[in-house]
Amino acid sequence: MDKIIVTAAGISTIVWIIWFFLFSKKEAFKASVTSGVQEVMIKVKGGYTPDVIVAKAGKPLRLRFTREEESSCTEMVVFGAFNKSAKLPPYEEVIVDLLPEKPGEYEFSCQMGMIRGKLIVEE
Amino acid sequence: MAGKKVVPSATTGISKGYTGEVRVELPIIITCSTCSITLDRSLRALDGVSEANVNYALQKAFVTYDPSRIDIARLVGTIKEAGYEVGAEKVSLKIRGMTCASCVRKIEDALNTSPGVVRADVNLGSGSANIRYLPAMTDVESLKKTIESTGYKVGPEESPPKEEDARHREYRTLFRKFLLAAVISLPVVVVSYPKFFPVLKDMDMNALRTLWIGASILTIPVLVYSGSSFFRGMVAAFRHRSADMNTLIGLGTGMAWLFSTVVVLFPDVFPENAREPYFDVVSVVIGLVVLGQALELRAKGRTSEAIKKLMGLQAKTARVVREGREMDIPIEEVLVGDVIIVRPGEKIPVDGVLVEGHSSVDESMLTGEPLPAEKKEGDEVIGGTINKTGAFRFKATKVGKDTALAQIIKMVQDAQGSKAPIQKLADAVSGYFVPVVMVIAVTSFVLWYDLGPEPRLILALLGAVTTLIVACPCALGLATPTSLMIGVGKAAENGILIRNGEAIQVASALDTVVLDKTGTITIGKPTLTDIITSEGFSEEGIIRFAASLEKNSEHPLAEAILEGAKSRNIATSDPEDFRAVPGHGVEGIVDGHRINLGNRKLMDKIGADPGTLEENSHALASEGKTPMFVAVDGRAAGIIAVSDPLKEDSVEAIQRLGKLGIEVVMITGDNKRTAAAIAKKVGIERVLAEVLPEDKAREVKNLQLEGKKVAFVGDGINDAPALAQADVGMAIGTGTDVAIEASDITLIKGSLLGIAAAFSISKSTMKNVKENLFGAFFYNTALVPVAAGLLYPVWGVTINPILAGAAMAMSSVTVVSNANRLRFVKVR
Repeated sequence: MDKIIVTAAGISTIVWIIWFFLFSKKEAFKASVTSGVQEVMIKVKGGYTPDVIVAKAGKPLRLRFTREEESSCTEMVVFGAFNKSAKLPPYEEVIVDLLPEKPGEYEFSCQMGMIRGKLIVEE
Repeated sequence: MAGKKVVPSATTGISKGYTGEVRVELPIIITCSTCSITLDRSLRALDGVSEANVNYALQKAFVTYDPSRIDIARLVGTIKEAGYEVGAEKVSLKIRGMTCASCVRKIEDALNTSPGVVRADVNLGSGSANIRYLPAMTDVESLKKTIESTGYKVGPEESPPKEEDARHREYRTLFRKFLLAAVISLPVVVVSYPKFFPVLKDMDMNALRTLWIGASILTIPVLVYSGSSFFRGMVAAFRHRSADMNTLIGLGTGMAWLFSTVVVLFPDVFPENAREPYFDVVSVVIGLVVLGQALELRAKGRTSEAIKKLMGLQAKTARVVREGREMDIPIEEVLVGDVIIVRPGEKIPVDGVLVEGHSSVDESMLTGEPLPAEKKEGDEVIGGTINKTGAFRFKATKVGKDTALAQIIKMVQDAQGSKAPIQKLADAVSGYFVPVVMVIAVTSFVLWYDLGPEPRLILALLGAVTTLIVACPCALGLATPTSLMIGVGKAAENGILIRNGEAIQVASALDTVVLDKTGTITIGKPTLTDIITSEGFSEEGIIRFAASLEKNSEHPLAEAILEGAKSRNIATSDPEDFRAVPGHGVEGIVDGHRINLGNRKLMDKIGADPGTLEENSHALASEGKTPMFVAVDGRAAGIIAVSDPLKEDSVEAIQRLGKLGIEVVMITGDNKRTAAAIAKKVGIERVLAEVLPEDKAREVKNLQLEGKKVAFVGDGINDAPALAQADVGMAIGTGTDVAIEASDITLIKGSLLGIAAAFSISKSTMKNVKENLFGAFFYNTALVPVAAGLLYPVWGVTINPILAGAAMAMSSVTVVSNANRLRFVKVR
C-alpha cells in the first residue's frame, strides 16, 4: 500500500516538475515607450524581474539593469544574439541599449547561462 | 526630474532673480544611432525654450531658454528621453558636518547656482552630494570650493564600490560562512556516529535522542547563515519558475534536515530501522559547497588579471598647462586640447601629439614591442605608455573613453563577456539540467522505496538527497566563459585584440592564411631603386616625367617615385588631364608630352613596343622589384622600378605558420613575376598576383569555396571587404579604424609573428574549453546516475552524500583552475 502511495506521489511530483519548470507560461512584460525609446527596468536578484520582456522590432530598446545582490553569479548579463554584454556592479544602474531589428525570441542570461531571461521582439 | 521646483540658475551660473534668456551649450553623446527623433524639435517643444539646435558633428546641443521657466535638469531629462546622453560627468562628494535638512537646501542651492553644474542632489542620510557637471565648464576642485563656501567640509571623494571590492567582500563572507559550518560540523558529526566514539556508544536511545535534538538546533545557524544564499536563491529562482544550483543544494540539505528533525522529534512515526538523523549531511555539505564557492571565487578573480593589468596602465593625474599655469589634475578632468607636460620616467596620461621636446617612449605594454619608440614634435603619443629619457609637452587629442587604452580595455572586456558558439550546447543543456536532476532524484526515491532493501525509507531519502547534491550545473556553465576570459586576456597581453568568443573559436580551426603583400609582408614603404632608359631618353627625364605625372597621386608607388625625384633634386611640373586606368596604371600630359605610366598591359593597350625593356623588366621583377613602364608620346621610354623591403620577421613568421599546419597564401596587386620573387624570399608557395583591390574579397571567397577556413591579414588600406569576407579578418599594425572595425582580430604591433601567436592562443583556449566542457559533462553524466543508485543492483555501489558534497564543491573549482592553467601557456 505505502509503495503505491509513494509511487503515485513520485509520478505526480515528476509531472509537476516538468510542467512547472519547463512548460508553464511566464508572465511577459511589455516595454514602455517614451519618445521613441522602449524602456524596461530590470531587477537582478536571483533572477531577472521581469524575465520575459516584450518589445517592438525596429525601435531602440533600453534596458536598465540594477543588480540588488552581491552574489557574483549575476555580475554579468549577456545578450548572445546581439553580441552584447554588460558588467553589473552591485546596487548600480547599468544601461544596455539594443536595437532589436528582427522579430523573434532572444535569450539573455548571466555569463554562465544559469539565470535566464527572454526578450520577445514583435512586429 | 520633471516637476521639480525651478532652479533659477544653470550652467551659465546666472544669479537668482535674473530674468531674460540664456544660451547654453550642452555636450551630447549619441548612444543610439538610429533614434530618428529630432532632438531639437523635442527641446523646442518645451515650455521656456525659445531656440534649440543640435549639431551632430560637434556632438553638441545649443539651447536658448528662460531660466525662470525651465531648468537645465529638465533639458537634460528631455535629451535623455530622446535617446541621447548628456556628456556630463558624475561625481559623489562626501560632506562632513551636515546635520539638518536645511543644510541640504543650502548646499544644493549653492551647487545648482554655480556654473557648469547640471544637477546636484544632496543626501542627508548618506551625507553626500551627487553632482552631474559639465567638465568643460567646471572641475571637481571648484565644486568642492562651492560646497566649502557654504561652511561645510568635503571629505575624501567616494567612488562607487568597485567590482574588486564586491568580490573581496563576497569572498570574506563565504569564508565566514564556511568557518561557522565547519565549527558546527565537528560536534554534529560526532553525535551522528555514536558507535565510533567511546562515551557515546554506551548511551541509550533516549540520551542519544537528546543529543540529536541538540544537533538539530545546532545546525539551524548553518542553514540560516552559511546556507542562506542557497535557500534565498532557491526561492528567488522558484519565483521565476526556474531552478539552479541553489535549488539543488537547498532542496538536498533542506530535505535532510527536515527528515532528521522529524525523526528525532517523532521517532514513532517511522519504522524502527529508519530512526537515524542526518544532521551531519546538512552541515558538512553546506560547509563544503560554501568552501568550494569561496575557492572558485578566488580562482575566478585571477581570470581577470590581464584586464586589471591593462586598467592599471592608466595614469591617475596629469600635469597640464592652463592659462600659463602648471597644475596637477585628475586624469578624468583632462580635456582635448590641453597641453600636458611629461617628465622622464612618468606615465603619459592620455593620447596626443607631441608639441615640444623629444624623448624615447616605452610602448611595450600596449604593443609588445620591446624597443622604445623615438618621439619628436608631431609624433603621436599613447596614454598609458612610459616616457623614458627626455621631458616633453604634448597636446591631448583623445581623453577619457576615447583613448587607445580605454578602447583596448573596452574591446577586451566586451570579448571576455561574449559567447563562443561552442557554448550553445552547454547553454541548451543547462536550461533543462536542474529540472532533469530533480526528476532523477524523485525517480531514485521511488525506486529505492519500492524495490530497494531495508531500511527502504532511509536509502530512498539518501538516494534522492545525494543525487541533488552531486549534480553540478555550475561546472557546465563555467566551462566556456572562464577559459575565454583568460584566453582573450592572454592575447591582449601579447598585443592581440580579439573581438569575441566566436573569433577565437574560428581562429582555432583555420587552415589557410591570406597575407596581403604590401604593408603586411613588406613594410609598405616602397623606394625607387632602378631606372632603365630606352635610347634617346635620360634617367633624369624619365624620372621627371613619371614624378610630375604622379604629383597629385597618393598611391604608395607614386610616393616612392616622388621621393626618388626629390632625393635626386629633379624638379617636377604639374600634370594635365591626369587619369588613372584601373588595372593598368596612370596617364596624363606633362610639359606637352603624353605620358603613360604602368604595367606591361598598359603598353599593349596604347600600342607601345617595349623592345628590350621587356627583358629588363623581367629581370627586375625576378629580384622582387616592381617595374613600371614609362611611355612618352606612345613610345616606350624606360622602366622605373621600386622595391618595398620585407619586414624583418616576415620569414620567421611564415615559417611558424607552416609549422602550425597553416597554408600561407600571398595576395597582391603586383605583377606575377615580382610577387613570385617576394613569395620565394619569404617561403610562400601559393601566390595570387595581379589582383585588383576590389577583387581581394572575391579571391578570399574562392578559397572558402575550396572548403578552406580562411584568415585574411591586411593593414586596412582597401582591405575592409576582404577582412569581412574571411572567416577571421586580422588587421595588422597601424591598422586604420576601418580595418579594426571590419576585423575579428587586431594585431597592435606590425609584426607578422602576431598571427602565429593569435592562432596558438586561440588553439590553446579552445583546447582548454573542450577539456572543461568534457570534464563537466563527464562528471555529471557519470556521477548523477551513480548517486541515484544505478550501480547498486549490479555492484552495490552508491555515493555517500558527504562525498557527493565534496565532489560537487571540487568540480567547479577544478574547472576554474584548469582554465587558469591557460595563463601559463607559452605563446609562440
